[in-house]
Amino acid sequence: MRIEATNDFVVKFANVNGSGSASANELFARAILRMGVPVSPRNIFPSNIQGLPTWYEVRVCEAGYQGRRGGIDLMVAMNPQTWDADVKELEAGGYLFYDNTKPLPKSKFRDDINVIGMPLTEICNATYSDPRQRQLFKNIIYVGALSALLEIDPNEIERLFSEQYKGKEALLKSNAKALRLGRDYALANLNCPLGIRVKRANAVGNKIFLEGNNAAALGAVYGGATVCAWYPITPSSSLAESFIKHCQKYRVDPATGKQKYAIVQAEDELASIGMVIGAGWNGARAFTTTSGPGISLMTEFIGLAYFAEIPAVIIDVQRGGPSTGMPTRTQQSDVLACAYASHGDTKHVLLFPEDPRECFEFSAKALDLAERLQTPIFVLTDLDIGMNTRLCAPLEWDDKQAYDRGKVMTSEELEAGKDFGRYNDVDGDGIPYRTYPGTHPTRGSYFTRGTTKNRYAQYSETGPDYIYNVQRLLRKFETAKKLVPVPLLYPAAKPARFGAIFYGSTSPAMQEALDVLAERGIHVNALRVRGFPFPDEIADFVASHPWVFVIEQNRDAQLKTLLVTEAKVNQTRLLSVLHYDGTPITARFIVEQISQHAAARSVVPLKKAVS
Amino acid sequence: MTYLTKPKLHHPDLPKNQVGYTRRDYEGKISTLCAGCGHDSISAAIIQACWEMEIEPHRVAKLSGIGCSSKTPDYFLGNSHGFNSVHGRMPSVLTGANLANRELLYMGVSGDGDSASIGLGQFAHCMRRGVNMVYIVENNGVYGLTKGQFSATADKGSKSKRGITNNDAPIDMVGLALQLGATFVGRSFSGDKKQLVPLIKGAIEHKGAAFIDVASPCVAFNNHPGSTKSYDYVREHNEAVNRLDFVTSRDEITADYAPGTVTNITQHDGSVMRLRKLAQDYDATDRIKVMNYLQERAAAGEVVTGLLYVDPDSADLHEYLNTVDIPLNRLSERELCPGNVALEKLNAALR
Repeated sequence: MRIEATNDFVVKFANVNGSGSASANELFARAILRMGVPVSPRNIFPSNIQGLPTWYEVRVCEAGYQGRRGGIDLMVAMNPQTWDADVKELEAGGYLFYDNTKPLPKSKFRDDINVIGMPLTEICNATYSDPRQRQLFKNIIYVGALSALLEIDPNEIERLFSEQYKGKEALLKSNAKALRLGRDYALANLNCPLGIRVKRANAVGNKIFLEGNNAAALGAVYGGATVCAWYPITPSSSLAESFIKHCQKYRVDPATGKQKYAIVQAEDELASIGMVIGAGWNGARAFTTTSGPGISLMTEFIGLAYFAEIPAVIIDVQRGGPSTGMPTRTQQSDVLACAYASHGDTKHVLLFPEDPRECFEFSAKALDLAERLQTPIFVLTDLDIGMNTRLCAPLEWDDKQAYDRGKVMTSEELEAGKDFGRYNDVDGDGIPYRTYPGTHPTRGSYFTRGTTKNRYAQYSETGPDYIYNVQRLLRKFETAKKLVPVPLLYPAAKPARFGAIFYGSTSPAMQEALDVLAERGIHVNALRVRGFPFPDEIADFVASHPWVFVIEQNRDAQLKTLLVTEAKVNQTRLLSVLHYDGTPITARFIVEQISQHAAARSVVPLKKAVS
Repeated sequence: MTYLTKPKLHHPDLPKNQVGYTRRDYEGKISTLCAGCGHDSISAAIIQACWEMEIEPHRVAKLSGIGCSSKTPDYFLGNSHGFNSVHGRMPSVLTGANLANRELLYMGVSGDGDSASIGLGQFAHCMRRGVNMVYIVENNGVYGLTKGQFSATADKGSKSKRGITNNDAPIDMVGLALQLGATFVGRSFSGDKKQLVPLIKGAIEHKGAAFIDVASPCVAFNNHPGSTKSYDYVREHNEAVNRLDFVTSRDEITADYAPGTVTNITQHDGSVMRLRKLAQDYDATDRIKVMNYLQERAAAGEVVTGLLYVDPDSADLHEYLNTVDIPLNRLSERELCPGNVALEKLNAALR
């Protein structure tokens, strides 16, 4: 038996970290993309630089589903360390591609899979004498072989080489040679093609292929961030590093060569957020990027920014927690930690991007919101979105839109005698006016502090002043409700008893799951939450369904807790679907869970059945 | 502290400086610290220095952490923005503020608990980065607000008011600042305004990380026999290596001094600091020698004060980062946003 599928299969590469496989594997994915067939690759990697196992899983799906599917159709098993588990993971009828330079005993294989051996090491050793070349070109050779086995157009791969090695003829030639070496061997010696194959299609359109961290960094550039302070932590480091690159490209004054930005790699996350707050206080747009452990460290400062009302943007690329947890795996487990970060009564605005495009949009928007609301804004992305290249709609920017710098009283207004009370709610929306330091010689200065104060920023511990202030902060939070991105409804094709709420990186798996469920006759109206505080539509949505699934990638149903506490929804209607083993949630998992719940809740009561 | 509210109204004949302010315009709220607290003298010295230097008060940003010393920015320069931040974290907030607007004068005021205990890390790193600022530690070796616990600068063997001996080695803020790359390092005593005011002026004029450690006795909890941070102890052990006459580029140097006793240090912006030597062969521009000298004298039990070190060719974080001259907080969409055309190009490259 062998799996037969065109433009709909999953290939997994099992490699050794640091062996140079990453670029070869990405080449494989991009070549398929260039044939007009959507792919969604995922890096599954350890917290390690060299030697430990790493995987690259590519889902090829003409229908455009980009969630992790689950199950493997072709395993490119290049790592003896993980051989047994890799072989085991294959679907029945799947394909195992491996290096058969050294023969393996029959017990190392399975009867229900198709085995394709190729003497990769032998070919490399015969062709190259330099050990590093042997290693690197082995990867390109297997890509060549796969192009024959899966009918990937080799011209697309060569075109990618010529783009990548523009002006580097020697590299271009040697890579093309290795590619042909693998391809020719496969065509001559292996049974090509396999039952799974790629066929040119037109399903990619004008979509772009990029990583969420890169997109979020670009959003920060477009959104006008001039100060970035950060501390390296997986999986957020590449966001700050992308910001550096984008700034070098877009933010250097051509006349003077000077930088229109300042980036500081701080000594820790406390200093990162401290610098962001200092810059925000002084009227520059500033952000930091981190992951769960960094959020824990920042919480005291976050409370200060909340209470003293200072704009700050924190992009949290979530990973598996608690503690060091699973630093290289994905989760949505910082929702509550961010929503209520810091001691005392605090709550914060959260944004939940679903993909790189929204990472771009929301990180730019967060900079506007931070200044409009004068408070920390969290962008909660995760490793799955942040560190994987994803196909998404092209990025858009409206040149006519101006930055919303919020309520800032100017020198002219102060001069004209406008009353300035730093914490005075003059407009009824809970948002006071602020002044930048250095604005006016005698008016508008104030003392910023984390202690309580009256509406004119004078130190005060009296009850009424305190109450005025914290009630105003609640009013401001109400205002935020109208400013965060609205939830998006995905209505079922037929009337549905079930609702489903999801957010962030669950999106692609959820959209696929909804289609599969509909095919099975389970119709679900779905709502994608994109921001907190929750706009009123969310409570209305829950109220209009007897049962609402809340799909999350954490153990404790954190968004559900937030929905019950903050949106005051009826918690007996909510059913959690929770995935938290560190791998991205799959449509299969969601379908299975929802089907079970649905079956249990679709049984017609006996009385009704009889009557 | 004084309980008498000073009248807001100024006498019309009060002298004004060149930028049109009287000395009173540099004052802040009435101090709530204990009567006789060294910190109030430091606030007064800051007021004096800023007035004499003709700094417009609103062009100063005052930042602090938490503690008695960190309260003081409320008590000077009332027309400046102030920021009483988080315990031990003033340096990062100041760094961020400085990045946002390079045109203001940043004054960080902290204490020994704030900078040497909880905030030692941030203290170290802002010195390393060369943030352009005046960083004053009001050093009394004790936690005042929480009533008398030792801080990390308390000398080994010194006694608390309750008679407990401190067994921990002290943190030497001046030694650290020198080692970490501060380009202006001074030490003074709150009770010696003549020494302190010029030091603050020098620090203000200095480009880069300027640090002044000021012994500032705590009258409530650390002014007893057995303390090494009391008024009496500091007076007895104070050894000034030099006297700084701060001279800006505008003034002519007219006074006569015996040859070899005066050094003029010209900083990079043309300002001149005139140092009158008190210790023979003390060269405040030789960092290694300064570090050795201070270690030797500390071992002999002296509290060495004065302008201990200055690098006349100092640079600051903005120079290292090569940031534009215009403050970052003044850049607009036009200067910051690459726009849709660039984005279209980028989209095309991502296909």
